[in-house]
Amino acid sequence: MSQKIDLDHGRFRQIIRGKIKQNLRKYISQGEMIAKKGKDRVSIPIPSVDIPHFKHGDKQQGGVGQGQGEVGDSLGQGEEQPGGPGKASDRPGDHLLDIDVSLQELAEIMGEELELPRILPKGTEKIVAWKDKYSGIRTTGPESLRHFRRTYRQAMRRQIAMGTYDAKNPVIVPIREDKRYRSWRKEPLPQSNAVIIYMMDVSGSMGDEQKEIVRLESFWLETWLTSQYHGIESRYIIHDAMAKEVDRDTFFKTRESGGTMISSAYKLCAKIIEEDYPSTLWNIYPFHFSDGDNWSVDDTHTCVELLKKDVLPHVNLFAYGQVESPYGSGQFIKDLTEHFEDDERVVTSEIKGKEAIMDSIKEFLGKGK
Amino acid sequence: MPAIKALPDYLRECQEQVEGHARDYGLDFFPIAYEVLDYKTMNEVAAYGGFPTRYPHWRFGMDYEQLAKSYEWGMSKIYEMVINTNPAYAYLLEGNSMIDQKLVMAHVCAHVDFFKNNYYFSKTNRKMIDGMANHAARVRRHMERHGQDVVEEFIDTCLSLDNLIDPMSPFIQRSAAPKADTGEEDLRDNSGRLRSKGYMESFINPPEYLEAQKKKREDEAKKIKKRFPEQPQRDVLAFIIQHARLEPWQRDCLEIVRDEAYYFAPQGQTKIMNEGWATYWHSKILTEKTVTAAEIIDYADACSGVLATSPGQLNPYKLGVELLRNIEERWNKGQFGKAWDECESMEQKRNWDLRTGLGRKKIFEVRKMFNDITFIDEFFTLEFCLEQKFYAFGFQERSGSWEIMSREFKKVKDQLLKMLTNRGQPVIVVEDGNFENRSELLLKHIHEGVDLDNGQARDTLRNASKLWTRPVSLLTKVEGKGKLLRCEDGNHTERSADYSL
Repeated sequence: MSQKIDLDHGRFRQIIRGKIKQNLRKYISQGEMIAKKGKDRVSIPIPSVDIPHFKHGDKQQGGVGQGQGEVGDSLGQGEEQPGGPGKASDRPGDHLLDIDVSLQELAEIMGEELELPRILPKGTEKIVAWKDKYSGIRTTGPESLRHFRRTYRQAMRRQIAMGTYDAKNPVIVPIREDKRYRSWRKEPLPQSNAVIIYMMDVSGSMGDEQKEIVRLESFWLETWLTSQYHGIESRYIIHDAMAKEVDRDTFFKTRESGGTMISSAYKLCAKIIEEDYPSTLWNIYPFHFSDGDNWSVDDTHTCVELLKKDVLPHVNLFAYGQVESPYGSGQFIKDLTEHFEDDERVVTSEIKGKEAIMDSIKEFLGKGK
Repeated sequence: MPAIKALPDYLRECQEQVEGHARDYGLDFFPIAYEVLDYKTMNEVAAYGGFPTRYPHWRFGMDYEQLAKSYEWGMSKIYEMVINTNPAYAYLLEGNSMIDQKLVMAHVCAHVDFFKNNYYFSKTNRKMIDGMANHAARVRRHMERHGQDVVEEFIDTCLSLDNLIDPMSPFIQRSAAPKADTGEEDLRDNSGRLRSKGYMESFINPPEYLEAQKKKREDEAKKIKKRFPEQPQRDVLAFIIQHARLEPWQRDCLEIVRDEAYYFAPQGQTKIMNEGWATYWHSKILTEKTVTAAEIIDYADACSGVLATSPGQLNPYKLGVELLRNIEERWNKGQFGKAWDECESMEQKRNWDLRTGLGRKKIFEVRKMFNDITFIDEFFTLEFCLEQKFYAFGFQERSGSWEIMSREFKKVKDQLLKMLTNRGQPVIVVEDGNFENRSELLLKHIHEGVDLDNGQARDTLRNASKLWTRPVSLLTKVEGKGKLLRCEDGNHTERSADYSL
C-alpha cells in the first residue's frame, strides 16, 4: 500500500515539475515567489493543477456561521472566504495551490529548461575539507560517546560467560571493561566553495524597477550556483562615486543620488578577493549590475585595467548585467565588449525588463563556468 | 486490501463494550472491522477516500501531500475514518489515547448505523471495496493498453464533470418507454375533435376550435421532435456516456467516475445529519456508560475540539448534534403539532411540557427518513436559531471583507438551505444535445441567485467539449444578464443570450 501512494504522489510531483517548467518564465520574472522563500524551500503558487468544476462564485454566495458578533462585524479581510462554509477545511482551495519545492529541485528544473551546463569547479582536487564520521566502536573514549546498547550487550555477554546472569532476575551491571564508545574517523570531503560578489550601481539613475530586476536576477543566479557548489558565500557592494560593502538588506534597499564611478566598486571587489578569497581555494563570481552610465571615459579605462590586472585572473566568471533605465546612456557595456570580446571569463548581458531576466540568466550561466 | 491484523485485545474488549451499549440503545449497524494504522498509512488511506484499492491517479498523491503536511505542521489530524460497506471498515489511529479510541468507536457505530438505515444510502453498493478494486483493475488495463498519460488525462477530464450528476435519480422510477395508451379513453380523437352527438357538433367543435387544435398539435410535435433530450437532463454524465462519440475505454472510464460519484453522493447529502448523529451517540454512550472519572477531562477536551466553531465557518458536527438534541427535547415535551405551531405566547412555549417522551423514537425516525435539506427545512426553528446564535454572512464590497450580514431567522435559514441545495453545487442540466442542429451540446445552469465562478466554468466547459468531441455551450446568467459561453476546440467565446431561451 505504501508503494501505491508513493506512485501517485510521484505522479503528482512530476506534474508539478512540468507546470513549474512551463511557467518558469513567469515565475522568474515575478517576485512573489522569492518573498515566500524559506531556508531551503520556496513555496510556488501553481495555477490550475486542481481539476476545474462548475461551481458557485464565492462572493455572491456567503454562508452561515454560529457564535458571537454583531451584524456588520468583520470575519476576515480579503478575497478568500473564511474557512469555506459547510465544507471540510482540509480540502485545497480552488484558486492557486501553494506547492513546496526545494531550491535544489528548482535549480534542476531551471537547469533543464534553460539547458544550463553543469559547472566544472576549478581545482576541486586541491580543496579538501575534513569531516568527522562515526565509523566504529572502541573501548576507550569520553562518557558522552558511550554506546549504551553495545555496553550492555558486552556486560550481558560477560555475565553469561561468568555464570552470574540470572534469567529470572536479569540485572546487568556493566563494569569498566564492558564499556564501549563510538569512535570516528576523519574523512576527506571534496568540497568546492564559491563566493558571489554582487556589485550594484545605486546612483540616482537606478530606480526601483531596475533594483527589482537585479533582486530577481540575483536570486536565480544564486539558486543555480548554490545547486552547483557545496558552500556558497555572498558579499555585497554598492557604489555610486564611492563603493562600500553592505549587508544583503541594505544592498537592495539603498538609493543614493550622485554620480557613478564604477572603478571604485572594482577596486573594492579586487580588495575583497585578495584579502578573503585566495583563488586557489575559491570559485569566485563577481556580478555587477548597473545602468551603464559611467562618470568619465578615464574611469572606464581604470575599470578595464582593474579587471585585467586584479580581478579576471582570479575569477571563474565576471558577469556584467546592464539594466535598461531611462537615464543611463548604456555606454559601459559597449566599452566592456570592446575590450573583452575574446575573453571567455567576461559575460555581458543587457536586461531590458523583467521578461528578459530568463534570457540574461542563460547568457550568464550558459558557458558552464 | 492489506491483511487485516487482529485487533489488540484491549481494543477488542473496548469494541465489544461500546458495541454492546450501542445495541442496547437501539443502534443497528453492520459488523465493523477495525484496523489500527499509523499516521502515515492513515493519511494514505484518507487520500484514497477510505479505499486503499482506488485506481491510480495523481490527485490522490496531491491530497496525500496536503494531509501529510498539515499533520506534520500539527494543523490537523485524522482521528478516524469509516467507509460505507458491509461489513464496514473503520480505521483507528495508532497511539491515540484509550479515551480517544473509545470515542471513535462509539462515533463509528453511529455512522455505520446511519449508513445502514438512512434512506439516502439505501441504493449504495455495500461491496464498494470490491467495486473500487474492480475499477482500479479496469483503469490499469486501459493504462497498459493506451498509456498512462493518455488515460490519466482523460480521467482528469471526466473528473471535471463529476459533480454533474443527479443524486436523486437512483430513487426515481422512470418508465422505460414513452407512455403508451393508458387505457383511459381520450375525449379527443386524433384531430382534437371532442366527442359529440351529431346535432351538437357545430357547438362543441366549431371550426375555429378545430383549427386552433390542429396548430397546437403541430407546434407540440415540432417541439418534441426538436427536443433532445425530451426533458432537460440533470445527469449530464449519463447523457454524455450514452450519446457522446467515445472510444470504449473512454466510456468505461467515464462510467467508473460516474459510478464513484454516485457512491459518494449520499455522504454529501447527509453530512450534517450523519456527523450530528455520530456525535450525539458518542457523547451519549461515553458519558452515560463508559467514561471513568479519570477520563472525563480528556473526554471533554476531545469533545470540545469536535464541536468548536470559528467565525465564518459552519461546523456540521455542532449543528447536527444540537439540532438532534433539540428535536429530542421537543418531542419529549410534546412541543410539536398544531397546538404548538399556533401558540404565540413565548412564555407558554418556554414552559411547554406534555411529557410525551417521544424524543428518542423521533430522532431514530429522523435518521431514517431525512437528508440535510429536509432536516434543516423541517426542524431548524426560530427558537433554535436564536438559541444557537446563528448568523448569515457575506462579502461586503464596501469594506472588502466578509461580514455578518444578518441574524434574522428567515435569512439565516434561507442561506443555509441555499448552501445545501444540490450539495452546494450549481445545478447544470443538458438542455439540448443537438444544439442549433449541429450536434453541439447545450448545458444550462439553473440560476438560483448565485453566478458561476467564471474561470472555473470556462475550464470545465473546455473539458466538457473534450468529452463531447463537439463544441459545448453553457447558458447561464452573469450579474442578472443571460450569457452563453461556448467552447470550440479549446477556444472560448461569449455572447449575451436570452436566458429563458
